[in-house]
Amino acid sequence: MLGKLTLSDIPFDVPILVGTFIGVAVIGIAVLAAITYFGKWGYLWREWLTTVDHKKLGVMYIVLAIVMLVRGLADAIMMRTQQALAFNGNPGYLPPHHYDQIYSAHGTIMIFFMAMAFMTGLFNFAIPLQIGARDVAFPFLNSVSFYMTLSGAILINLSLFIGEFANVGWLAYPPVSELAFNPGVGIDYYIWAVQISGIGTLLTGVNFFTTIVKLRAPGMKWMEMPVFTWTAFYSIIMILITFPVLTVALACLSLDRYLGMHFFTNDGGGSVMLYLNLIWAWGHPEVYILVLPGFGVFSEIAAVFSGKPLFGYKTMVYASGAICFLGCVVWVHHFFTMGAGADVNTFFGIATMLIAIPTGVKIFNWLFTMYKGRVRFEGPMNWIVGFMITFSIGGMTGVMLAMPAADWVLHNSLFLVAHFHNTIIGGVYFGYVAGLSYWFPKCFGYKLNEFFGKWAFRCWFVGYYVTFVPLYIAGLEGMTRRLNHYDNPNWYPLMLISCVGAFIIILGTLCIVAQLILAVVDAVKGKHDARDLTGDNWGDGRTLEWSIPSPVPHYNFARLPVVRGLDTFHIEKKLGRPAPVAPLEPIHMPKYTGVGAVMGLFTVLMGFALVWHIWWLAGLTFLGLILSVVYRSDDLDVDFYVPVSEIQANEDAFAKRIAAAQAAE
Amino acid sequence: MSSDTTHSPASGHEGHVDHNDVKVFGFWVYLMTDCVLFGTLFTIFAVMCHQYAGGPTGKELFNITNVGVETAILLVSSITYGFAMINAFAQRKSAVLTWLLVTALLGLSFLVLEVKEFAELIGDGAGPDRSAFLSSFFTLVGTHGLHVTFGLIWMTVLFFQIMGKQGLGERMIGKLTCLSLFWHFLDIVWICVFTFVYLGSVM
Repeated sequence: MLGKLTLSDIPFDVPILVGTFIGVAVIGIAVLAAITYFGKWGYLWREWLTTVDHKKLGVMYIVLAIVMLVRGLADAIMMRTQQALAFNGNPGYLPPHHYDQIYSAHGTIMIFFMAMAFMTGLFNFAIPLQIGARDVAFPFLNSVSFYMTLSGAILINLSLFIGEFANVGWLAYPPVSELAFNPGVGIDYYIWAVQISGIGTLLTGVNFFTTIVKLRAPGMKWMEMPVFTWTAFYSIIMILITFPVLTVALACLSLDRYLGMHFFTNDGGGSVMLYLNLIWAWGHPEVYILVLPGFGVFSEIAAVFSGKPLFGYKTMVYASGAICFLGCVVWVHHFFTMGAGADVNTFFGIATMLIAIPTGVKIFNWLFTMYKGRVRFEGPMNWIVGFMITFSIGGMTGVMLAMPAADWVLHNSLFLVAHFHNTIIGGVYFGYVAGLSYWFPKCFGYKLNEFFGKWAFRCWFVGYYVTFVPLYIAGLEGMTRRLNHYDNPNWYPLMLISCVGAFIIILGTLCIVAQLILAVVDAVKGKHDARDLTGDNWGDGRTLEWSIPSPVPHYNFARLPVVRGLDTFHIEKKLGRPAPVAPLEPIHMPKYTGVGAVMGLFTVLMGFALVWHIWWLAGLTFLGLILSVVYRSDDLDVDFYVPVSEIQANEDAFAKRIAAAQAAE
Repeated sequence: MSSDTTHSPASGHEGHVDHNDVKVFGFWVYLMTDCVLFGTLFTIFAVMCHQYAGGPTGKELFNITNVGVETAILLVSSITYGFAMINAFAQRKSAVLTWLLVTALLGLSFLVLEVKEFAELIGDGAGPDRSAFLSSFFTLVGTHGLHVTFGLIWMTVLFFQIMGKQGLGERMIGKLTCLSLFWHFLDIVWICVFTFVYLGSVM
């Protein structure tokens, strides 16, 4: 009836997990009780869970990302404290089997459910606003994508308390991830969590590709798109090209495990090297998928906070395109040691080094944007300066690793770990957090707390170096990654320093959480010092999203903007905005629907059933998914018109706020 | 508000997009990702096609006549779907339904033949767990078969929707166009399967 699931699969005997479970349960019950107490279930369902509004979906993605960030950091802290303790005969507090699950979960969660969710959240919120659209091309599909991502996140966190998680690293290399060596459910949790969220990402890619190609505001030519949209577009192209490969790689691994096939097994003609090629043909582009939108955020911020147009808009677009192309042809550098031969390794080594060129172009563009600008070091701007320093270092260590000869020494060492954290924290994470504080006022109508914002940056910046510079050194001294314990006295002080750094990063994260909590508190109390009345919160906004009220009305644009060049909004501010001539018209919008949420529920249950071999439940929930789609396809009542009176009222209120703001100046 | 709630595209509104145009484009983008998916499976087959692990080879296993019949059936079903589309544009409902039915029956017979082939192979001890070659064969051809299955489910749903309240309205034309793309795409994939998997193995 319950497949492989028995009571003994719940890890009562691991005190850390029991403690975590109690903590999660207490917080969960508190949240549920609070929602019930304040009578917010209806509000939550009507306004959020059933939404097809890209802005609200964006907010939900980012909330998910921040929760997952906390989860991933908890794993990180456990690893760093374990390595700070487990020296010279001290076993530390994490037995190897548990420790293996922690580093696997850390990588999987941070990439798939923190970074990807954060990125998709920014796409959702910003892209339609930047291109002057009222929603994405397929609003319902957008809601389904979100619930796929959420389902994956729920599954992976479920593995904490029911069963176990994968113990093979974040990419689940075979043969160790094959049934013969890993009969437990950990790998299956990994497979289904990643597979499901990957499908969500692929659908997001299809959706936003169509949105950018088809729904740009009248007059917006390709070379007039904001840079964030451009970088997101390249990132989406890579999603479309590479996520199917991930789907196939994981599907083949699950066929090996579920049906005894021989894709990656040691016997029967299977090939482990095939898996490595497939997973990295997705995995390397994946890091560019993540970092390009980060570059886009920095490009927006650099221009706005320097009070100047972006230096080299066109080179920025071309450089992003070059990175997009090169990023897809460098995957072998993850396994130079596999033995593909000198010719192959040379090709991929050189291709990898070439990426430094367009990236360098970008760094100079940002520097020249700031040069002679009136630079304002407000919240978002801090991150970009920290990013340029940190990412440049990360890029240089990347070029070092791109040399096959050097890579043979550094492969799988802590040097590598330090390198990719250098780029992912310095590039991806800094970029997304900068984007969060940059667009937060557009989303909610007031700024995030500046004091905690500054300290969040300081702690993350310093914490990054204190944590990872020791890892660079330890890696050069020969310390490999994923060690549960060690006895080399040279490494011990480095691990201690690194552990301190991890706690500094935690402080930085607490500052971000404090910012968000203060924002909620202020919103509930209804008092904001930094209310955004004009919609152009930073004063120097250049792109279309700053031309509309904050928070943005659900239809985004009362009149679709007409684009007459790059940074139209900025030009119009300088020359005076033309008075609208066309009368307001009813706006055609999609209706909210609960089908996405229901499909999410089915998907979680199906994933769980597949992990535990509960076949009847898997079949039922799969049928449920198909029926949901059919139901949706049969529903003709999917849209409505926003009446002119409502739009007019919003427009009048907005005009009054702008007048009040101008009077206050 | 209810008075102006209509489902026909509100032409003349500035910037109002043609929904079918967007929908078909989006679906085409999805198909391109599906193309990458099949491309990956073909690549895997290319890597695995000689990994017999001491088991049977494609030359010993495949009955090219049966596969030829399957191929012919699937190709004809693409033509009949084309007839359905022509009639849909001409708003001839009963003709659309007839041609959809013919297409679905052809698709179903293709599936029956494929399942029969799979069952015979497994019965002969040449199942997907026999060797890497057979794993990749079953996965590639099976993935195509799964796509055909979903196409058939989709066709059935549309069939009843056309019979019911949706008729052959603007929205239905969009759906039929998407399924048309899907169905022809599966044909193209099958031609590659036939050439590289079956012919490549027996030649």
